[in-house]
Amino acid sequence: MIPLSQKLNPKVFDKDVEQIPIRKGFGEGLLAAGERNERVVGLCADLTESTQMHLFKEKFPNRFIEMGVAEQNLVTVASGMATMGKIPFVSSYAMFSPGRCWEQIRTTIVYNDVPVKIIGSHAGVSVGPDGGTHQAIEDIALMRVLPNMIVISPCDAIEAKKATLAVAQTKNPTYIRLVREKTPVITTEETPFEIGKARVYFEPIAGKPDVAIIATGALVFKALVAAKELEKEKIGVTVINLSTIKPLDEKTLLQAAKSAGAVVTVEEHQIAGGMGGAVAEFLAGIHPVPMEFIGIRDKFGQSGAPDELLEHYGMGVSHIKAAVLKVLKRKK
Amino acid sequence: MPITPSKIKELEIKANQIRQSIIEMLLKAGSGHTAGPLGMADVFTTLYFHTLKHNPEKPDWPERDRLVLSNGHIAPVLYATMAHAGYFAVSELKTLRQFGTRLQGHPHREYLPMLETSSGPLGCGLSQAVGMALADRMDHGRETERRIYCLTSDGEHDEGNTWEAIMLAGKEKLNNLVSVVDRNNIQIDGYTEDVMPLEPFANKYISFNWHVIEIDGNDIGEIARAFDEAKTIFEKPTVIIAHTVPGKGVAEFERKYEWHGKAPNRKEANLALKELRTLGGKIRSEHE
Repeated sequence: MIPLSQKLNPKVFDKDVEQIPIRKGFGEGLLAAGERNERVVGLCADLTESTQMHLFKEKFPNRFIEMGVAEQNLVTVASGMATMGKIPFVSSYAMFSPGRCWEQIRTTIVYNDVPVKIIGSHAGVSVGPDGGTHQAIEDIALMRVLPNMIVISPCDAIEAKKATLAVAQTKNPTYIRLVREKTPVITTEETPFEIGKARVYFEPIAGKPDVAIIATGALVFKALVAAKELEKEKIGVTVINLSTIKPLDEKTLLQAAKSAGAVVTVEEHQIAGGMGGAVAEFLAGIHPVPMEFIGIRDKFGQSGAPDELLEHYGMGVSHIKAAVLKVLKRKK
Repeated sequence: MPITPSKIKELEIKANQIRQSIIEMLLKAGSGHTAGPLGMADVFTTLYFHTLKHNPEKPDWPERDRLVLSNGHIAPVLYATMAHAGYFAVSELKTLRQFGTRLQGHPHREYLPMLETSSGPLGCGLSQAVGMALADRMDHGRETERRIYCLTSDGEHDEGNTWEAIMLAGKEKLNNLVSVVDRNNIQIDGYTEDVMPLEPFANKYISFNWHVIEIDGNDIGEIARAFDEAKTIFEKPTVIIAHTVPGKGVAEFERKYEWHGKAPNRKEANLALKELRTLGGKIRSEHE
């Protein structure tokens, strides 16, 4: 059942649940951040509307820089602006930024320790028909390996807006991962959000959970659906929305692992180096439990409809349920 | 204010001292780059002791000009010039590249916060300087007095990132941006025109809508006058193509690409220091 404390969307399990692209929340969040703080500036590499930065550009034309198709310049120019006191948000498709400009991000933003906010839109295979070249499934790994980097993967548009507003107020280099497609709205304006805080979005009706599903991004919704179905099969599930992948909310993760004794991680990303890896690195050192990983297994994406691709690469509700059953068998 | 002959002599003496410091620190470090730092000593001296608006006692003074070193491997000349300008003690130069030092092999702002940027991987500095110039213009308009100086190498013009920055600066007409290219014609694998030709180099910048000044980068009078000229250009960013002699001041090192990336041993350093001291004495005697 969904805990009341999180004030989630009461219609989340309805067939007609409202669907909004997560990137839209970023666009609204950046506009609001720009209104609150004149030091916020926007830079985009020829994808202004697609990444939803056009709202900011229209309101603050003098604080927006059109970079052209040049992602290496995008992040390095932002680094320079940040050293002058600006809070730059840079947006492109995740495959191009951070995909193309990793070393520039490492040296001029993270090593240099300046507050640039990197927005990678159109992440994951759910980009769909554009095909594998445009489907970033390595970006979490690329960003979470950098010391002091904050990595956030919001579960819906409302959380993306809150995350955008929150990161505008921190001094850290930050990566926010967004997806293109319309995504069910899980949270409400009242749902608490804090950078670095994981939240329990589903818990057993009574007693201890049998398994904890730790999910990030749009797949949090599929994890919730899987949990709801498993509930009917008398399997107690906790679902955690791990929207901040770095820094990890170690306290919440440890509590979940101790209480459930088995973990399934769910992400639209390569299993190698992804969010599940981050959770495993932490739990292996402190409280190892059987784990299963939902994600992409060392393959590239391809053209197709978003849901078709998620099914094909093993990230559907049925796959999450199967992973739960598998991990339960491994529990002592 | 135009540079006077006596100021030029004073700076030549300073550059000579900085070159000696470069040799001494590289000898102690046992590794590092020799040719580039020696070649750029006159440009750094002119900037820190004549052109740059800065305050070594207050490195974070908000009104200061900005100096971005893009080709971080010539850090010895940056550190030596900063020490001689009073940012920190000259004795600290001997810690270069050693464990725990503030003077990392390539500049790192976390260790030495008075640096404007960390650098080393090539091709990024000009973009950072462009970002600073854009931010400054957002705050102070096109009439801004502040100048953003970027020091780049010719070799790093092989990097696409550099040309992305050149294109954007031209588009944005960043008159508050002055880039200096150390045109010493060498890079690790050989002469630039053999490795990856850059000529016609000035024409490339002109076609990207920059104002181009070509100078003898080891002539302090020409260097100072080029920076003055850049201040009069209102519609464009300025690039100063500074033709320098790599290894300048030490006959044994001059114009040899082999000296791009290695440090002198004791014997080579002693000879170099002797030559530089003789040269320093000569400048002094002419001065007096």
